[in-house]
Amino acid sequence: MAMTGTIFDVRRFSLHDGPGIRTTVFLKGCPLVCVWCHNPESQPARPLLLRRPELCVGCGRCAAQCPQGALQAGAGGSFTREEARCTACGACVGVCPSEALTRVGREVEAAALVEEVVRDRAFFDESGGGVTFSGGEPLGQPEFLLELLARCRHEGLHTAVDTSGYARPSTMRQVAALADLVLYDLKLLDPEAHRRYTGVPNEAILENLRALVADGRPVEIRLPVIPGITDTDENVSAAAAFVASLPERPRVRLLGHHRAAMSKYARLGMAQRLGEVADPSPARLEALAARLRAAGVEAFV
Amino acid sequence: MNERVARLRQASFEAEPSISTERAVWITRFYRENIGKWSVPVMRAKAFEYLYENQALYLGEGELIVGERGPRPKAVSTYPELTCHSEENLRILGSRKMTRYRTTEEDVRVYREEVIPFWRGRTMRERLFAGLSDAWKAAYEAGLFTEFMEQRAPGHTTFDGKFYQKGLLGFKDDIATALAALDFLHDPEAASKREELSAMAIACDAVMAFARRHAELAERLAAAEADPQRSAELRQIAATCRRVPAEPPRDFREALQMYWFMHLGTITELNGWDAMNPGHLDRYFYPFYRRDLDSGALTREQAKELLECFWIKFNNHPAPPKVGVTAEESGTYNDFTNINLGGLLSDGGDGVNELSYLMLEVIDEIHLLQPQANLQLSRKNPDRFLKAACEVIRKGYGYPSVFNADGVVEQMVRCGKRLEDAREGGTSGCVETGAFGKEAYVLTGYLNTPKILELALNDGRDPRTGRQLGPRTGDPRGFGSLDEVFAAFERQLRHVVDLKVAGNLFIEKMYATEMPAVFLSVLIDDCIKNGKDYNAGGARYNTSYIQCVGIGTITDSLSALRTHVFELGALTMGQVLDALRADFAGSEPLRLALWNKTPRYGNDDDAADGLMKRVFDALFAAIDGRPNLRGGRYHVDMLPTTCHIYFGAVLGATPDGRKAGAPVSEGISPVQGADRQGPTAVVKSAAKMDQLRTGGTLLNMKFLPGTLRGQEGIDKMASLVRGYFRLDGHHIQFNVVDAATLREAQRRPQEYRDLIVRVAGYSDYFCDLGRELQEEIISRTAQSDF
Repeated sequence: MAMTGTIFDVRRFSLHDGPGIRTTVFLKGCPLVCVWCHNPESQPARPLLLRRPELCVGCGRCAAQCPQGALQAGAGGSFTREEARCTACGACVGVCPSEALTRVGREVEAAALVEEVVRDRAFFDESGGGVTFSGGEPLGQPEFLLELLARCRHEGLHTAVDTSGYARPSTMRQVAALADLVLYDLKLLDPEAHRRYTGVPNEAILENLRALVADGRPVEIRLPVIPGITDTDENVSAAAAFVASLPERPRVRLLGHHRAAMSKYARLGMAQRLGEVADPSPARLEALAARLRAAGVEAFV
Repeated sequence: MNERVARLRQASFEAEPSISTERAVWITRFYRENIGKWSVPVMRAKAFEYLYENQALYLGEGELIVGERGPRPKAVSTYPELTCHSEENLRILGSRKMTRYRTTEEDVRVYREEVIPFWRGRTMRERLFAGLSDAWKAAYEAGLFTEFMEQRAPGHTTFDGKFYQKGLLGFKDDIATALAALDFLHDPEAASKREELSAMAIACDAVMAFARRHAELAERLAAAEADPQRSAELRQIAATCRRVPAEPPRDFREALQMYWFMHLGTITELNGWDAMNPGHLDRYFYPFYRRDLDSGALTREQAKELLECFWIKFNNHPAPPKVGVTAEESGTYNDFTNINLGGLLSDGGDGVNELSYLMLEVIDEIHLLQPQANLQLSRKNPDRFLKAACEVIRKGYGYPSVFNADGVVEQMVRCGKRLEDAREGGTSGCVETGAFGKEAYVLTGYLNTPKILELALNDGRDPRTGRQLGPRTGDPRGFGSLDEVFAAFERQLRHVVDLKVAGNLFIEKMYATEMPAVFLSVLIDDCIKNGKDYNAGGARYNTSYIQCVGIGTITDSLSALRTHVFELGALTMGQVLDALRADFAGSEPLRLALWNKTPRYGNDDDAADGLMKRVFDALFAAIDGRPNLRGGRYHVDMLPTTCHIYFGAVLGATPDGRKAGAPVSEGISPVQGADRQGPTAVVKSAAKMDQLRTGGTLLNMKFLPGTLRGQEGIDKMASLVRGYFRLDGHHIQFNVVDAATLREAQRRPQEYRDLIVRVAGYSDYFCDLGRELQEEIISRTAQSDF
């Protein structure tokens, strides 16, 4: 039987998810609910409807097409949706001419997906790039991810997995054995703060990271810089100390907060809990990297 | 750059383009007094000599490389024998808002009293239009194609390195040998060859006299110069001008000055398209540079200063202004001189040397509108070279552009050129492929491919005017499949290309017999050997190009019809045609469905890209291999310059959801905003066209500056280029500027006067572009990282 999974995007020419020119596949579903999440559409495992009212021309085709009667065309080109009835089946998306409605999430066969990512092979070969599986949490669909990694290995593609680390140790080991690189998030070191801002505890995450490094797997640690949350003196010092305590010290990349990504929440009808947080300046990111370096950790922006 | 260079650069940047009537006056006087005395080539040569013996000279403060076409920088000569500006034309040139050329009342008076009375009825332009068929004119006026030679001569060529080994006296020896070998007993063309060869010799004398006059001027200035250092410089200039171009150059300085006299000679003789292209300057100058550095005659810094002074000279020569409607087709000061770096040596070796890197530094420091520069990038060239260029590209001047040198060689070999000639060749102007120093590769005009589809969708009628321009190919409402639509398109295409080629044959004949380019012919193999002019087929290779525009728009239009009418059945042909006629008034949802719900070119989608290939194959079948008048053949080019704006303006709404009058897609780039899968997908789509069967394609990419940050950004840009060329792509160029900056420049043009952006095959000052073109550039999809 063909192996399928749910993804929400395939982005080509992605430049910051590992070496070279890469295609990043975003798998849907995430057990974490980070308040700063830049991809809120990734969180639910099921497909979602994304609305951009500013593009709507009020043709009413969506309402006419909806099998659930969840959409009502209103006066003056507006439309409303009854959230409870909507199954995000996508019938409305198919007839929407203006892309005011799009569906986030599609089920895809592993074989077909690998055929899609292999299209940029010329650029992977030239740049030493490859494929990155991100999310959501890619390890949330373990069989699908392992199938993808195995197929990519067969195709000779370099693979990276971008993970929160929140997974069973056995899954993490299997994935790391098939991937060429693990991009591993290190968010908050204090267990309580981690639980508060991401919704899950961090003990298993730190354990998995330690185990990966001990196994000699190539790892790049990624520290999201969310002003006031992850960039505190305590957290940065603790992160540096943790990395320094590992048997090998992976390098750490600092990823700055992007306020622009926060606009997605409204389009998805989701609550945005972070509030107004400014993007850290390049100088700020550089200063944080310098502090990590001072603690003996290779860090870059 | 040092202080001298900074001063010269600033002066060139600030100089106001103006009209110089001087050339027109001397040429007119000469023709008036001597008409009918000699054969056409000799008459041309003698008029050129008369001009060069009399025209005012300019030698600017602090200059090291000397000579101008006009009496001062940016004073542009006119060519009344080709196209004679009317008084009204001149006043418009002097007063219009965009690309203005200062014109004085004295200029207008001179034209009124001397120039216009003589040339009225005699100009090439008038004679061409008198001889072209009504069907040709109807198609031309409808905007189905443009005509390059209606007011500028065939240029489109590039020098090779031979004249650095051989001064003009050496060429005169060759001419004498060819004259002596003429066989008046058996060769019926011997007499006309004698005229042509004699004319070439006169042209050489003219250019040598012009250089001698510069030597004399420099000596006079040196004698009167109070500053001993400048006086010594002037004496050195004089010595240089006494040596070249009569004798071959002995050092770096003489080599630069040699080139400059050759350049001025060709752009003064006639107003050929693409000014003149220097070719592989890094390669030609390298032996002189090496020798001077090794002997201690020159330091790297001194060589750089000379190169920078040389570079600035090109910027002093805005394009000769045109008359009439075509002013809008290509409103730019740029005259498309394009310098080649890197590439392959004739023996197949790596052509990159130290001068290639030094020239990249010069490009970065000078970054004026002209000259443009490009990389001929071979797989044999080191990545260091490409990355050094990417550093300059990232600054956002829109150049250097990058060409696939290996692919260019394959294109030429396909067309029957010798391998070593192909390797010595490259690209010039915008993206056109040619064998440098050995080929007349002439652009003849742009072809409006979406307009041809419009004819097919209107039974051969132009919906804008109601005129029947093409054959009756059937009521489009009855078309039951995409194949039927395509068959009608192919018939219309054949008809339009037939018209174009028939017109070209007449125009080429007129230039061959009436407007020889005798000086240029000296410098292009094998005109001397053949005793034949450049414009008459004297060159070793003779190509005519037709440049096809709008492949993205026509592909998406066909894809929309296939998807919505013939596959989904959601619309009928009649519904689509009615919506097009109404310019989608009252049917915005329908327009959006066509625009958004159609597989579109530029997304690495085989369904859409397959249609692109089908259109390309049809264009190729209609154009490639047809004979031209000069013994060569037609080939396909895929570039627009700015013609995609004009072609869009004469085109009604199209089935891809494009509204009437909006620009069509440019080059082989996707329709503006249609590409949504990032730059690798664009490049993949473009590479599905078999570009090795063209004589050049143009792919424009816009990047946001942040995307190409850091060493990683450079590496990835370089990989994108290499990846495209691995797939046989011909050319890629980058605009690295964000939309916000461009909007700001629209609001406050005074503060952004030096903002250079890539247009299409060339760069231009953003603030000099028409509003339409500005909007079009902003609308091209900006690629960002994810």
